[in-house]
Amino acid sequence: MGNIEMGFDLHMDLVQLLSPSGEISKAASKSAKDIERLVRFYRAMTRTRIFDNKAISLQRTGQLGTFASALGQEAIGVGAAAAMEERDVLVPSYRDHAAQFYRGMAMSECLLYWGGDERGSDFKNARSDFPNCVPVATQAPQAVGAAYALMARKEDRVVVTFIGDGGTSNGAFYEALNMAGVWKTPVVFIINNNGWAISTPRELESAAETLAQKAVAAGIEGRQVDGNDVIAVHEVVRRAIDKARSGGGPTLIEALTYRLGDHTTADDASRYRDPEVVRAQWTREPIARLRAYLVSEGAWSKEQEAELHKECAEEVDREVAAYLNASPLNCDAMFEHLYAKLPDTLQWQREEARRFAQRSANGNGNGHV
Amino acid sequence: MSEITLVEAVNLALARAMSEDKDVLLLGEDIGVNGGVFRATNGLQARFGRERVIDTPLAEGGIAGVAVGMAAMGLKPVAEIQFSGFIYPAIDQIINHASRMRNRTRGRLTCPMVLRSPCGAGIHAPEHHSESPEAMFAHMPGLRVVAPSSPARAYGLLLASVRDPDPVIFLEPTRLYRLFRQEVEDDGVELPLDACFILREGADATVVTWGAMVPETLAAAEKLEEEGVMIEVIDVATLKPLDVETILRSVEKTGRCVIVHEAPRTAGFGAEVAAEIAERALYSLLAPIKRVTGYDVVVPLAKLEKQYIPSVDRIIDGVRQVMEAS
Ligand SMILES: Cc1ncc(C[n+]2csc(CCOP(=O)(O)OP(=O)(O)O)c2C)c(N)n1
Ligand SMILES: [Mg+2]
Repeated sequence: MGNIEMGFDLHMDLVQLLSPSGEISKAASKSAKDIERLVRFYRAMTRTRIFDNKAISLQRTGQLGTFASALGQEAIGVGAAAAMEERDVLVPSYRDHAAQFYRGMAMSECLLYWGGDERGSDFKNARSDFPNCVPVATQAPQAVGAAYALMARKEDRVVVTFIGDGGTSNGAFYEALNMAGVWKTPVVFIINNNGWAISTPRELESAAETLAQKAVAAGIEGRQVDGNDVIAVHEVVRRAIDKARSGGGPTLIEALTYRLGDHTTADDASRYRDPEVVRAQWTREPIARLRAYLVSEGAWSKEQEAELHKECAEEVDREVAAYLNASPLNCDAMFEHLYAKLPDTLQWQREEARRFAQRSANGNGNGHV
Repeated sequence: MSEITLVEAVNLALARAMSEDKDVLLLGEDIGVNGGVFRATNGLQARFGRERVIDTPLAEGGIAGVAVGMAAMGLKPVAEIQFSGFIYPAIDQIINHASRMRNRTRGRLTCPMVLRSPCGAGIHAPEHHSESPEAMFAHMPGLRVVAPSSPARAYGLLLASVRDPDPVIFLEPTRLYRLFRQEVEDDGVELPLDACFILREGADATVVTWGAMVPETLAAAEKLEEEGVMIEVIDVATLKPLDVETILRSVEKTGRCVIVHEAPRTAGFGAEVAAEIAERALYSLLAPIKRVTGYDVVVPLAKLEKQYIPSVDRIIDGVRQVMEAS
């Protein structure tokens, strides 16, 4: 496919700065190779992975609800979040805790959310970030609206939003791109293309050669980046954010990665995909790749690795304890934040909920058959 | 004959419908190789091929719209919406087209499609996976709305839904998918789509319910029997068109009525049942009608869902209230 009139190249070049074996590209700028920053990325990705392991084991032992891990996809969240300013706004999907942690979400908040407790979405930090979004693609137009608001209010802030490869099949995604293009809102769309939408492979989602090229029809810039290369993700997102911040409008970035785990803990991927393919993908994963580079630069040692794992494990343990020891929810929570002020007509319903909650607490049988 | 679960009965009915009618096809997200996230379509793609069991892109509005087009052109699509929390974009196609294709074209084009979707809370699912949207569909002219509550009724009602010449919304309570087994004969015999089922007879009070709340209501009936109160339990099964006569006959006999549903109270389908009784059997009532429903709140995440779903205790309390009045 060649250039079209608008000056976009439909066949976008994949941006990669760090090869799967950890060699840095000549194209990498000096700042992209900033070792201090790369160590920060490495620590953040490792922290997310250790958290994911723990969350899955909590689910397996009945201490957490269904959970969606970011295994193998840590570079996208970390690279993107690191390119954002604190004041910017994240509009996530439901698999974006790598980015959320980087932006200050507590692990205990993430656990509360997946543990079935709304308090997990009341973030202590990054208070304008949107909560997780489960109805796929519905977040995309919201991100455009949020960006419009920031633009209208002349705030020097941009919006970054995530969506999965499956999500790009949904009408709301196209509508969002289109509106963002018309209004030139300061928003960066990042597609986490992990190859799968539950059991549906990328090729059954779209006949388009790339998902990045969906930008073309909306008249906005599209980029494709190796999503397992945190250096490239950071570079590409940083540029898109700079552009958005300076009034240049939206960008769509397709980050290519692979879902190394099950879709969620409720899924069994062995039903629909070949474990050999998954094994092969492990040679491309983002953490080992960056480690290889850091080690080759003499910037990372076995001792530092051990120390980092210990630190992360301790943090995870503290956060799990905070989650498990969270004050019990009572039935009032259902009514508390429904409206700014609970309408009088709902007061009796809250009373009734209290009356029956009391009974079940007294062991009088809340008998679910 | 073998004992099967409700979700297996759905599978059995789909297989039956597909083998008896080549125009029946299935579409939805993850329904093929994966057999659906609840396994309702397990094995059907292997058996009937990828052209008749289609893994669609992730697009609920598209799925419903495609089904409308297929149905108008002679196929009999059975579309799955993975969870009813994601059904809303499909509603545009359902209310603006599926439900009125026949009417708009004076019968020239029709829309014999089924939209299946799991619904309800109680399985510790994530956000937006626990909705009970039946009243929204019941409000739309031109649709049938069905809510099975047992393996046998799921089998017979789904077969009837697929064979029906008009669009049917088929809401499957996830809580009941694997709750119990029942003997279901794969005999291709359908159940009527215009009848309520009396699951238990009783002279003291009528309790009208459907879908996920049926087992709780039956459990309440057993406990009440120990107190000497005999309730008649009616499973509405097909909410639209509603078999009002069966409900009225029961209320005329008992003089008391409790309506139980999981969806929020305001403008829930219970309001419709209550209104029919008030209009047509008011003088038979010995006590005001009582509704026991979900509260008018957003269905909470897992930690509080038990507090939200009407409990056996709340149902018993509701029955006692109508027994004590007058
Ligand atoms: C609108 C909608 N339809 C269906 C679902 C059920 N569902 C949850 S995740 C998922 C697949 C999403 O795949 P993708 O967008 O690629 O994101 P990933 O999970 O791979 O990160 C589906 C079908 C949903 N959450 N929302
Ligand atoms: Mg995906």
